[in-house]
Amino acid sequence: MSSDIHHEHVSHDAEDKAHSALNKKLIWRVFWILLFITLFEVAISFTGIPHVVLIWTFVALTLVKAYFIVGYFMHLKFEAIAAKYSLLLPFVLIVYLIFIALYEGTALMHVPY
Amino acid sequence: MANHSAVAASSSSGVWGGGSSPFGMRWGKMFMWIFLVSDAFTFSSLIIAYGAMRHRFPDIWPKPGDVFTHFPFIHGHVPLAYVGLMTFILIMSSVTMVLAVDAGHSMNRKVVLRWLGLTIVGGFMFLGSQAWEWFHFIEGSEKGAYVLADGRFARTDDLEPGVLKFHDGTVVEGAEAQALISTAVKNIHGANLTENEYGNTPLFGNFFFFITGFHGFHVFSGVMINIIVFILVYQGALDKKKDYELVEKVGLYWHFVDLVWVFVFTFFYLV
Repeated sequence: MSSDIHHEHVSHDAEDKAHSALNKKLIWRVFWILLFITLFEVAISFTGIPHVVLIWTFVALTLVKAYFIVGYFMHLKFEAIAAKYSLLLPFVLIVYLIFIALYEGTALMHVPY
Repeated sequence: MANHSAVAASSSSGVWGGGSSPFGMRWGKMFMWIFLVSDAFTFSSLIIAYGAMRHRFPDIWPKPGDVFTHFPFIHGHVPLAYVGLMTFILIMSSVTMVLAVDAGHSMNRKVVLRWLGLTIVGGFMFLGSQAWEWFHFIEGSEKGAYVLADGRFARTDDLEPGVLKFHDGTVVEGAEAQALISTAVKNIHGANLTENEYGNTPLFGNFFFFITGFHGFHVFSGVMINIIVFILVYQGALDKKKDYELVEKVGLYWHFVDLVWVFVFTFFYLV
């Protein structure tokens, strides 16, 4: 099994090299995207934009950054579909946990500290 | 015969018919992914717990822009600049790591060593930055914060001596501030696990120490693992095996550490 995959690697060596040149361009493009988003986040935190709008902008931009890191740096975008679903679907539970924790956090506001 | 039946099975039921990995990767890498998913759950729980408590105490929770204001060699308040720099260092070391993985695909030992070495340097730079930040967080300001006789919590500002600042934005100065300070019950400096000068709740310090500490420990482990892999590559162990997947696996871990920092940066320093 493992030797099979390995064999494939060696035989596609030339193809790998062509792929690799493209990869480097993509890697640096992702780097600039991540850097730009971070600088943008820091910059807008000093403006007078209402706090609620800022929070949701930050959350959205963070998810965009996470997409680029997991998708390109961790290469998940190019993995088999079974791997993608197996690794990403469990995070539905995290969305549920966020809902529960904020709901409970709100309820606790009426409980004296 | 066995071979024949495997082929027949795979043609009738696709990738799940046996004979090939439905995940398209070897188990070592798959298990690294599974570990990272479980670790992501741990970090999510910590950050969500922070969010819930912050949501619970809107009237006393400190604003991060008023807490993390130091920058080396600069006198004055420069909120966010330092964590921005830390984020840059970690993203940069993620790029060098992905370049090392890329060089590993073509089994280019020298190039792998170069990028992996730079990744280790980046990791140490981040750890140093975090130590510096913890130092200033624990040390606090010169005058600290006061718990007043009426129970209110007032912060001071090293740049504006004799001024008391309250969470709701109220500022008291002059003789009135002096009177409040002279009757104050307590003067708090810096931060520890039971109190801190940034806000009237120990939770803020606790969450800061635990979440950034847990992440920092991940970075530290990552640097150590990177050093071990660097030595293995240097000794030619991966060339002997004709297999550079080990670099890919530590690469996944390192990117994950960067990913967690992106979330910590947002929820601890920006929001």
